[in-house]
Amino acid sequence: MLRFLVRRILGAVVILFLLSIVTFLLFFGMPRDPALLMCGKTCNPTSLANIHHVLGLDKSIPEQYWIFLHNLILGSNQFAQGPCPAPCFGYSYHTNDPVWSTMMDRLPTTVSLTLGAAVVFLFVGLGTGMLAAWKRGTMLDKTVTAGSMVISSMQIYFLGPLALAALVYQSHIFDKPAYNDFTADPVTWFTGLIIPWVVLSTIFASQYTRMARSSMIEQLQEEHVRTARAKGMSRRYVFFRYAWRGSLIPIVTIFGIDLGSLLGGAIITEYTFGLPGLGRLAVESVQFSDLPLLLGVMLFSASMILLFNILVDATYAFIDPRVRLA
Amino acid sequence: MTTLTKDAGTPAPADAGAFLSVRDLHVSFRTEDGVVRAVDGLSFDVERGRTLGIVGESGSGKSVTNLTVLGLHNPQFTTVEGEILLDGQELITARESELEKVRGNKAAMIFQDPLTALSPYYTVGRQIAEPFMKHRGASKRAAWDRAVEMLAKVGIPNPKERAKDYPHQFSGGMRQRAMIAMALVCDPDLLIADEPTTALDVTVQAQILDLLKDLQQEFGTGIIFITHDLGVIADMADDIMVMYAGSAVERGTTDEVLRAPQHPYTWGLLNSMPRLDSDLDTPLHPIPGAPPSLLTPPSGCRFHPRCTFQDRVTGAGRCVGERPLLAPDRASACHLTADQKRTIFLEEIKPRLA
Amino acid sequence: MTEDMVLPAQHQPVTVGEPLLEVSGLTKYFPVKGGFPVRRTVGQVQAVDGIDLTVRVGESFGLVGESGCGKSTTGRLITRLLEPTAGKVSYRGQDITHASRRELAPIRSEIQMIFQDPYSSLNPRQTVGKIISGPMEINGVEPEGGREKRVRELLEIVGLNPEHYNRFPHEFSGGQRQRIGVARALALEPKLIVADEPVSALDVSIQAQVVNLLQEVQRELGIAFLFIAHDLAVVRHFSQRVAVMYLGKIIEVGDREAIYTRPRHPYTHALLSAVPEVSLTDDGDSAGRERIRLAGDVPSPISPPSGCRFRTRCWKAQDKCATQEPPLLRISGNHEGHLTACHFPEDPTTQARDEDIVLDPALAALEEEG
Repeated sequence: MLRFLVRRILGAVVILFLLSIVTFLLFFGMPRDPALLMCGKTCNPTSLANIHHVLGLDKSIPEQYWIFLHNLILGSNQFAQGPCPAPCFGYSYHTNDPVWSTMMDRLPTTVSLTLGAAVVFLFVGLGTGMLAAWKRGTMLDKTVTAGSMVISSMQIYFLGPLALAALVYQSHIFDKPAYNDFTADPVTWFTGLIIPWVVLSTIFASQYTRMARSSMIEQLQEEHVRTARAKGMSRRYVFFRYAWRGSLIPIVTIFGIDLGSLLGGAIITEYTFGLPGLGRLAVESVQFSDLPLLLGVMLFSASMILLFNILVDATYAFIDPRVRLA
Repeated sequence: MTTLTKDAGTPAPADAGAFLSVRDLHVSFRTEDGVVRAVDGLSFDVERGRTLGIVGESGSGKSVTNLTVLGLHNPQFTTVEGEILLDGQELITARESELEKVRGNKAAMIFQDPLTALSPYYTVGRQIAEPFMKHRGASKRAAWDRAVEMLAKVGIPNPKERAKDYPHQFSGGMRQRAMIAMALVCDPDLLIADEPTTALDVTVQAQILDLLKDLQQEFGTGIIFITHDLGVIADMADDIMVMYAGSAVERGTTDEVLRAPQHPYTWGLLNSMPRLDSDLDTPLHPIPGAPPSLLTPPSGCRFHPRCTFQDRVTGAGRCVGERPLLAPDRASACHLTADQKRTIFLEEIKPRLA
Repeated sequence: MTEDMVLPAQHQPVTVGEPLLEVSGLTKYFPVKGGFPVRRTVGQVQAVDGIDLTVRVGESFGLVGESGCGKSTTGRLITRLLEPTAGKVSYRGQDITHASRRELAPIRSEIQMIFQDPYSSLNPRQTVGKIISGPMEINGVEPEGGREKRVRELLEIVGLNPEHYNRFPHEFSGGQRQRIGVARALALEPKLIVADEPVSALDVSIQAQVVNLLQEVQRELGIAFLFIAHDLAVVRHFSQRVAVMYLGKIIEVGDREAIYTRPRHPYTHALLSAVPEVSLTDDGDSAGRERIRLAGDVPSPISPPSGCRFRTRCWKAQDKCATQEPPLLRISGNHEGHLTACHFPEDPTTQARDEDIVLDPALAALEEEG
C-alpha cells in the first residue's frame, strides 16, 4: 500500500510538472500581452516596459519558469505586494491579490457545492439503481429506467435556470443561491446551496442510477452469484454480499472521475447559479491573461483529478482482493 | 406432424429408492428469436449412493435440466412444466424460501469453471462456511472449523492457512477441490456436478474424478454427473442417460449403454471418438451434420436429419412424423426394432470400435 | 540480396521424409514486470525452454501436454507470431528465426496456422469468400481461373457448399467455421500447417468430422502438420510422431507406437494413465491399465524446479534429479528415434502394476480408510 502511494504520488508530481510546462508554453504562445490589459488607456511604451519589468515578463521564458518553480516550492520575498510563502503562485496580474489565498477563498464554495451534491447523487443513484435491478422487469424498474434516461440527457444550463425560475423567481420558495460561510451560519449555508445541490444531483443521480442498475444486473449474471444461490443463500444475501461488491467497481471509477473534475471547478454550474467558485476563477484567469492565477487553478484542478485517480485505484484494492497495489 | 402419446411417455412412478425423480420435464425460454424448447419431456431418477451420468453435446439440455432441478433458472424468461420430486418434495411449485433450504443442503451443485464459479471477493474458507451456517445454524467459529476440515478432506495441503486465501490464490485443481468441499459441507444426499473436470488438465481431472468417487463412498451421496466426455462417464457413472436436443434418447446402466448401445446417436458418439487403443490409420466415423436449433427442432425423431439408419425403420416416414418414446428402465427412443438395434450394433458398429 | 537467397527455395522440389522444419534450442521467456519505484523486469515466465524438434515433409507431428507446458507458444514461435528469445527455427534449411517480413514473405505462404476458436479467429464482418481469399490477396497470388474459382474449390475440398461464398461466419455452425479456417489455411497450398488445438472447442460428434478432414488434407495434399493438442487420443489418431511437453521442455519424443505403448518417462506414464477411457472389452472397467494419480497441479513456469522439472511430482525422483537436468536422448531399451529425458526411466509398458501409484494425499487417505 505504502509503495503504491509513494509510486503514484511521485508519478502525479511528474505529471503536474509537465503540465505546468505545457501551460507556460501555451500561455506564451497566445498572441496576447497581459501587460497591455493592465496598461490601460494611457499606455505608452515606457509604462508598458515598466509593467513588463514589474511582472517579470521581460525575462526569458525558461528563466520565468525557473522563478515560478522556485517560488512554488520555497516561497518568495521578491514581490512588491509583500511576502509570499510556499506554495507561492505569485500575485494575480488582475486583482493584485495573492493567488493562493484567492483560491483558498473560492475553495469552500466549490467543495460545499461538490461534496454536498456528491453525497446526494451517490446515495440516491446507487439506491434507485439497485432497487430497479432488484425489481428487474417490473413497472417500477421500467419507470426508473425511462425516467433516469430522460433526466440524464438534460444539462445543468437547462435544468438550472428552470429550477431557478420555478422555485426562486416565481414562487419565492427558496432564496437565490449564494454561498454563505458554513462556520458563520450553517442554516444559511444550507439554504443558499440547496437549489444547486438538487439540480446537480438530479442530473448526476440519474446517470448513477443507470450505471448502478446495469452494473448490478451484469453482476447478477456472474457464475459465482449463481453458485451462491446454489448454496442456498437467500436472494437478499446474494444480492447485497455477492453481486453488490462487484458492481461497485465501475461506479467507483466514474465517481472518482466526476468528483475530481467537479472539485477542479464546476464551471457551468457555478455560472448558472452565480456562485463564485474555482470554476469561475479559471474562466477569469483566461479572460484576463492572468498567468499566476491560470497556473494556480490549472495545477489545482489537475491535482484533484490525479488525487481521485489514486484514491479510485486504492479503493479497487479494498473491493477486490485480486487487485494488488504495487 | 409430430404425434406424441402422452401415457406411454411417462414412466411408472418412481420406486422408493429414488431420491430425486424428474417426470416429464419441459423447460422453454423466451428469447428474441422465439421460444427455445431446451428440455422437452424428460424423466429420470437418481438414487442415493449411485451416480447417474448425463451425456450430451452443447444444446442437448443437460445443464438446463439440472439448473431447473434446483430452481436456478431465470423465472422471468423460463417456463417449467412437469414434476421434480426431491426426497418427496415437489420443487417446481415450491416457494423460493423452501428451495433455499434445499439448495446446498439436501442437494448441492458444482460447476465447470471453478475460477468464475467461486466469488473473487471472499476467502475460500468463508465461502465454504456460509452454507454450513445457513443450513445447520452453526456459529461462525464452528462453520470455519468445518470449512477447514472439509478442505483437508478434499486434499488441500495446509488447510488452516489456505482457508484464509482467496480463490485466485489457488491453482485450477485446488479451486475445484474447494468447490467440492463447499458442495459437500452440509453432507447433501444429491450432488449435481456439471462438467466439473472439463476445464482441468487430464492428470488433475483424474485426481478429481477419483476424489469424487471416494467421497461418494464415504458420504453415500447420489451424484448427477453431466459431461460430454464418454470416457469420463465410463469412469464415473453407474447409470447413463444420453441426451440429444432436449430429451433423453437412451438410458441404462453404464455397462448396458456402453457395451450394448441401442440408439444411433449413442453409436455415433462411440464411433466418432478416438481412443487410446483404437485402430489406427482408419478414419473416424463422425455423425454427419450438426446438432439442430432448438428454436425449430426437427419433427418426429429429433435425430432423424443426422441418422443414417432411418431407411431401415419399417413404416415409411415414421422417423419424420412420429416421435419415438423412451420407455422406463433400460431403453432407447428409436423406431428400430430391438432385433435391428442388436444386429446393427454387433455387425456394423462394434467392428469399427475394435 | 535477401530475395535472391530466398526465392529459389520456394520452388525446390521436396521429397517425403526430408526434414521440412527444424527447431533447435527454441526458447521463449515472457518478462514479468514489477519492482519499485520504477517497474522493470523482475522475472521470467519460462514458457518454452530450449526445445528441439523436426517435422519432416508430409508428416504429422503431434505436440501434447497440459496447460502451461508451452505447446501453444511453440506453435506461435514457429509461425513467427511470437519472437523467440533464443534458439533457431529453420524451414527447408533456411534460418527463419529472425527473418524480416520481406525475407519471410515467400515462406509465409508455405506455413499456415489453424486456431482453436472457430468463433474468434474469423472476422465477423467479412464474407467467407473474402476470408478465404485473404491470404491470396496479401501474398499477391493470382491462381488460374481467378481467386473466386479457387475459393469455391477450397470450399468444396473442406466439405462446404461453394454457393455459400457470400455468407458471413455467423451463419455457420462451429464445425463449419473450423472448416472455413481450414480452407483459409489451404488457400496458398502450404507445405506445413501448425494446428493449435483445432478441435478442442468443438462438440464430440463434430470433432471427428474435422479430424477426418484434416487427415484427408494431410494425406492427399501431402501437407506436413504440427498438431498441437491436449487430447492424447486425438493426437495419437492424427500423428505419426509425438512429443510430450512438460513445463517448457520436451520430456519424451518418439513415434506414436513408442509413446503410447512403450513410454519411458514417468510423466508420459502418468498422462496416459489419467485418460479416462471407454473400455469395450468385457473384463470390467479400465482393468489392465496402470493407475497413476499425481499430487497437485503443474508448478509455475516462473520458477520451475531445478534439474528435472517433473521431479516435484515424480515418485521416482532422487537427489540427482534436483541437481542434474536429464538430457533428451535415446536411453537404453528405446528404439531408434525414441528419446526420453529421464534419469530413472520406467519400464516400457502401460500394463497395470502390482500396486497403483497414488501420490495425491487426499486420495491416499480416503482409499486407506475404504
